[in-house]
Amino acid sequence: MTVDRTELRAWLEANCPPEMREPPGEDDICWGGRSFMFRSEAQKLWLERCVARGLTVPTWPNEYGGASFTREDAAILKEEMQRIHARPPLVSFGIWMLGPALLKFGSPEQKATHLPRIARGEIRWCQGYSEPGAGSDLASLRTKAEDRGDHFLVNGQKIWTSYADKADWIFCLVRTDPQAVKQKGISFLLIDMATTGVSTRPIVLISGRSPFCETFFENVAVPRENLVGALNRGWDVAKYLLTHEREMIAGGGSLYDIHALDRQAASQARGAKLTNPILRAEIARTAVDTYASEATRQRYLAEAAGGGEIGARSALLKYDGTDLNKRRYELLMSLAGAEGLYFDGNLGPTQDVARGWLRSKGNSIEGGTSEIMLDIVAKRLLELPAD
Amino acid sequence: MLILSEDQKLLMASARGAVAEKAPIAEFRNLRADPNGLGFSPAFWRAAAELGWTSVLVPEAFGGLDFGVVGAGLIAREMARELALSPFLSTSVLSASALARAGSREQKADWLPRIARGEAVVAFALDEGSRHGAIATLATRTGGGWRLDGVKQFVLDGHAADAMLIAAKTGDEAALFLAPADAAGLSRDARTLVDGRRVATVTLDGVRVGADARLEGGAATIEEAVDIGRAVISAALCGVAEEAFARTARYLKERRQFDRRIGSFQALQHRAACVHIEIENAWSATLQALQSIEARANSAAFDVAIAKAKASETACAATAECLQMHGGIGMTDEFDIGLFLKRARVDSVLFGDAAFHTDRVATMLGY
Repeated sequence: MTVDRTELRAWLEANCPPEMREPPGEDDICWGGRSFMFRSEAQKLWLERCVARGLTVPTWPNEYGGASFTREDAAILKEEMQRIHARPPLVSFGIWMLGPALLKFGSPEQKATHLPRIARGEIRWCQGYSEPGAGSDLASLRTKAEDRGDHFLVNGQKIWTSYADKADWIFCLVRTDPQAVKQKGISFLLIDMATTGVSTRPIVLISGRSPFCETFFENVAVPRENLVGALNRGWDVAKYLLTHEREMIAGGGSLYDIHALDRQAASQARGAKLTNPILRAEIARTAVDTYASEATRQRYLAEAAGGGEIGARSALLKYDGTDLNKRRYELLMSLAGAEGLYFDGNLGPTQDVARGWLRSKGNSIEGGTSEIMLDIVAKRLLELPAD
Repeated sequence: MLILSEDQKLLMASARGAVAEKAPIAEFRNLRADPNGLGFSPAFWRAAAELGWTSVLVPEAFGGLDFGVVGAGLIAREMARELALSPFLSTSVLSASALARAGSREQKADWLPRIARGEAVVAFALDEGSRHGAIATLATRTGGGWRLDGVKQFVLDGHAADAMLIAAKTGDEAALFLAPADAAGLSRDARTLVDGRRVATVTLDGVRVGADARLEGGAATIEEAVDIGRAVISAALCGVAEEAFARTARYLKERRQFDRRIGSFQALQHRAACVHIEIENAWSATLQALQSIEARANSAAFDVAIAKAKASETACAATAECLQMHGGIGMTDEFDIGLFLKRARVDSVLFGDAAFHTDRVATMLGY
């Protein structure tokens, strides 16, 4: 352990602006990027101060804008930030996803070019994996990149690209060898969204919000140096990234507010029992399952901190965590009753429940469907046979 | 930190080996076939004493190892894998911890060393009817002590006990009383439960005990000891579910129908995956509860309620799925899987079933 907890605590006390110690609303998240508008001076200051100390990406090496923290150091930082309720200074898919992939598979030039910009919040990234014809069967993707020597010519369409309309660059899986079997002909490309031929269209979800886009590529020229890893070996990068993503989800814990349902129930009960015993029982059963599931997440993290890895068990956590979040939202809607159904005009707390409920339906689809997660549990953890 | 220490891992490994060698399921079948026996094997109990299991919750001052509640849970989980029967829960867990926490100096000196050596069986007589927790048994003051009247049911090892701790009401308060099993007015009938285990119905008809028979404390003391029992029995439920599922996973990899192994069918794969997830969660919640008790955390009672609710629910549902996945052979008495189903049901009910503890969770969460 290299980090000095006392010093870190003092630094956070001195440098985290008071406004950044309040829980953020959905619009208060700092995503960074070329077009990002800071909501307040405090938000900007907090980012700059963290960037200067490498704390936006604490475990990355100093040379790429990190603080060279060990996992234990990072855990201490997280605890100390939670202690004062400090918001994360920067949230991005660059930090979560691309960064770890570049650290493992990127060339020295790619690391030096892209990592510091992610760390400083200058470039906002999005992820181009799914296609209209390639969802759970991701490896059947068809967006093609033709090898033209010094560049690739990209044509095709991606879907479910989170925040593509706000992102500066996209990391993409593209088909570079149409003859090879599925996984073998795929490469991992970095594409500047400002390149001619790239366009996006937001998708309106059942919740009425549009966090996802379709992304179109029409004769987009991508310089050869933007290929990550070897040609036709992009699947290795993608697989690493997906596992990492699920581990991050597992380790995050802040992804869902797992106690919101219990709080809402208690506030309706006003010191007595909820009046409907069937609803009360359903909520309590969900609480039992939520606490037990959270204990598993903590146990796996503790085991991993002791030198193991979460590995395929991240699929188990993903399945269970998303299933429970959907159950809790169904019950939050039941608690809200008929008034939870209003969906017009002013955004109030009850409409947030309705939107959250609708949004939660996607939890068990995005990042690998529940059915794929159960396949992974059955095949990798239980080692059940293929035939 | 929800992980085991090196000592705890060693204990678990040695317990697994010892149970498999000295008390395999065949031994349980022998005990089940003898309706008039003790309900456990004295030889296995002596071995358990030699391994230190009988002294796991006895303080060192009274000849114990004081290894802790997590250790007790690990032992119970390993015994449950082979459905091994012994007075571990009644004597080494419930009565030992109640005596260690609330016994008088004389009671501790009298009983704890004998419990630690495996020489005494001390039953824990709490429940009286279908619903856990209601106490009607009365303790009335007499000139020189107390008089106990009432009927206790589901007393684990009650028919084999040398003494028992009896929960009774002294007016508004409940308290524990220590009575020798041969006290005048105390009679016991052995009853057989659905899982083949035997428990006693204990009738107390004007049983007279001395003033020194009452343990210190009241309802809170009983609840503390019972919570330790609940957490340990949750661990046993995990052991039952884990072993039943391990056997089922093996079966899915061997059994062939339609020219393929049935474990290759996605319908079964996904159901098996769900069972595995729930069993993982039940053990996590149980480990949390065991650790909270050991650390004397404020959340201990809540964590125990979560664990007993989750483990009870999971073990019953998981063993039922395991039986279904075995098909017709699972319905035969000759095949072991049904034994796990039955044990899960009994352990799930003892000291509060899932509904009882889920209701407590709701109350503790303020709704």
